[in-house]
Amino acid sequence: MKTVTLTLTNPSELFIEGQNITPDNFAGRKAAEIAALDVWEGKQKSPLGKYFTVEGDGGATAEETKIVLRGDCTRVKRIGQQMTAGEIVIEGNADMYIGGWMKGGKIHVKGNVDSFCGIGMEGGELIVDGNAAHHLGSSPRGEWRGMQGGVIRVAGNAGNDTATFINGGTIVIGGDADIHISTHGEGGTVIVKGNAKGRVGGQMVKGDIYVYGTIENPLPGFSMVDEVEQEVDGETARFAHYIGDLGERHPTSKGKTVYANLYTKL
Amino acid sequence: MPKKIENVGCPYCGVCCDDLVVTVSDDGKQILEVENACAIGNQIFHHATGSERVKLPRLRQPDGTYKDISYDEAVDYAAKVLYNAKKPLIYGFGSTNCEGMAAAAKVAETAGAVLDNCASICHGSSFLAIFDNGYPSCTLGETKNRADVIVYWGANPAHAHPRHMSRYSIFPRGFFTGKGHKSRKIVVIDPRHTDTAQVADIHLQVKQGHDYELFDAFRAVVRGHEIPEEVAGIKRERILEVVEIMKKARFGTIFYGMGLCHSDGRNHNVDIAISLTRDLNDYTKWTIMAMRGHYNITGPGAVWSWQYGFPYCLDLTKKDIAHMNPGETSSVDLAMRDEVDAFINIGTDAGAHFPIEAVKHLRKHPWITIDPNICMASEISDLHIPVGIVGVEVPGIVYRMDNVPIQYRKVIDPPEGVISDEELFERIHKRLSELEAEEAAKGPAKAAPEGVRAEE
Repeated sequence: MKTVTLTLTNPSELFIEGQNITPDNFAGRKAAEIAALDVWEGKQKSPLGKYFTVEGDGGATAEETKIVLRGDCTRVKRIGQQMTAGEIVIEGNADMYIGGWMKGGKIHVKGNVDSFCGIGMEGGELIVDGNAAHHLGSSPRGEWRGMQGGVIRVAGNAGNDTATFINGGTIVIGGDADIHISTHGEGGTVIVKGNAKGRVGGQMVKGDIYVYGTIENPLPGFSMVDEVEQEVDGETARFAHYIGDLGERHPTSKGKTVYANLYTKL
Repeated sequence: MPKKIENVGCPYCGVCCDDLVVTVSDDGKQILEVENACAIGNQIFHHATGSERVKLPRLRQPDGTYKDISYDEAVDYAAKVLYNAKKPLIYGFGSTNCEGMAAAAKVAETAGAVLDNCASICHGSSFLAIFDNGYPSCTLGETKNRADVIVYWGANPAHAHPRHMSRYSIFPRGFFTGKGHKSRKIVVIDPRHTDTAQVADIHLQVKQGHDYELFDAFRAVVRGHEIPEEVAGIKRERILEVVEIMKKARFGTIFYGMGLCHSDGRNHNVDIAISLTRDLNDYTKWTIMAMRGHYNITGPGAVWSWQYGFPYCLDLTKKDIAHMNPGETSSVDLAMRDEVDAFINIGTDAGAHFPIEAVKHLRKHPWITIDPNICMASEISDLHIPVGIVGVEVPGIVYRMDNVPIQYRKVIDPPEGVISDEELFERIHKRLSELEAEEAAKGPAKAAPEGVRAEE
């Protein structure tokens, strides 16, 4: 695997839109060619090299390309958007849409990320060591087919609207989550290891949610059915099992109604 | 002889009352009387001729004072600000006509700007819910003529839409609602005991910020499930009672306002309200409607959806791609994150409505206000361009809260020399195109088509 190191040496006045910073776009390109790729600052299109110094060439394919971002990328959006393979390591913070519409590969952010990260994700792995803001692994506006697959791991807290319209894949939040988890969900799994503020599984049709801590404001549409022992994220524990959202439509499978499941740790 | 003008549309709220009678003086310069309008609508007409108006654009001077300049100079200044900015923001449009909005969109597209309207801090969350979940709505006429159950949820029309209840919802006698008020049940759901709650048959005093839970309980009950003893501060029996009234209605409308759009969860509150409306249609006819604020705030949604496919928060910086994602491209977020470097405030007052931090960020960059009157935004601007008041001095198309277009007309002429929003934006667009052409002329000439340089 070949490594391309981008160092943000000349920060932008506004935000940089770096949708070209993906292994797919860097593959098969020399450092100088990578520096000539387009990035946007508002309506101004500039070469990547205006803001970043580029060291190292891309691999032959996306799989063989690793990108390391250094410097303060707090104001860089859309890194790894739509990537299909390869690896990205962001040494510090990053802004919005990190790993948005991602299909494969791996992104590791060592700091925090802003909103809309991993939206519309179809595959791959997004790891955030810090916190994530809102709409983590959510669906883009107006899209009723949300996250399809892949894994998102956030060590810290997540904002509101995590996993809206989730259809598949897994989201693991190490800390607390704000309101609205898996709203309109039709599949997938969300694991919150801390507390959830409320509206967990609102309008949810199918899928699973695990909350290890407390839910400050549980929804009236969830009803407890039994206690179960389950293995979740490598550890086994006992959970109270709720079904819901009873206010929402639910499909039937083999003559039985399929509900969404909410598990809270006992 | 003073002249009476009948069937005049009111440029105040989203109800768009079109039955006003305005009396104008002999010379057509003074508005003497306004009949049928509410206190606020009345004031808008009287303000046009009864107050000192700004008649020329005013440019901020180094000493902090304003100096009158010509419209040509103002247009040049605005065009240069837009041209030089990397990401200008054009925001407002609550109080102008659709013609002005279309012209402004032309400017935004040429300038590579972000185009946003007051829905961004108002019913924008409704748009998001509508994208996700549809909009089983109707016109106000249908509500007036058919509805026997009205729900106001998080809305207080007694103050915000003064004639809504008398024209369309509670009091009027319609085709199938001949008994008017007597045959209607009114439910108000609001954490406060508002003046609207005062006229309700049932007032559910929901715990502030917990509307979503209450909707969820309503939905569970509609589907025949058990709910807890108390939800969001409302006892189970009360919820069952209201659900029964809703299921037995002949025709019902849920009118909702800022109580849903701007309490925790925002679009999801509206989203689940739409889901409830859909559920109720298994039993009877139910509709839902946003209590849109200004008389033409529905307009930009209609105009820009037609032009770009999105109603608000339009990022046109890539010029050939329209991108919309509130949270990123919404005005307040752009301001708070320092994402824009020029601001045009048109037909609204961002100075008064935005959080102070957002205003401070925006104020670091050029700020232009386009407004007929002096407002907070005009007083902190670099440039204030006065325009004619739509519905009083400028005619045009406006959209009522139920998406019905209405042709507004003018009753008097604007002060001498003052132009309309549409003309102003057309002139800014022309100047902007000239600046772009000049810039293009400076660059290297494009390769001539083959055959022209045959001798080489």
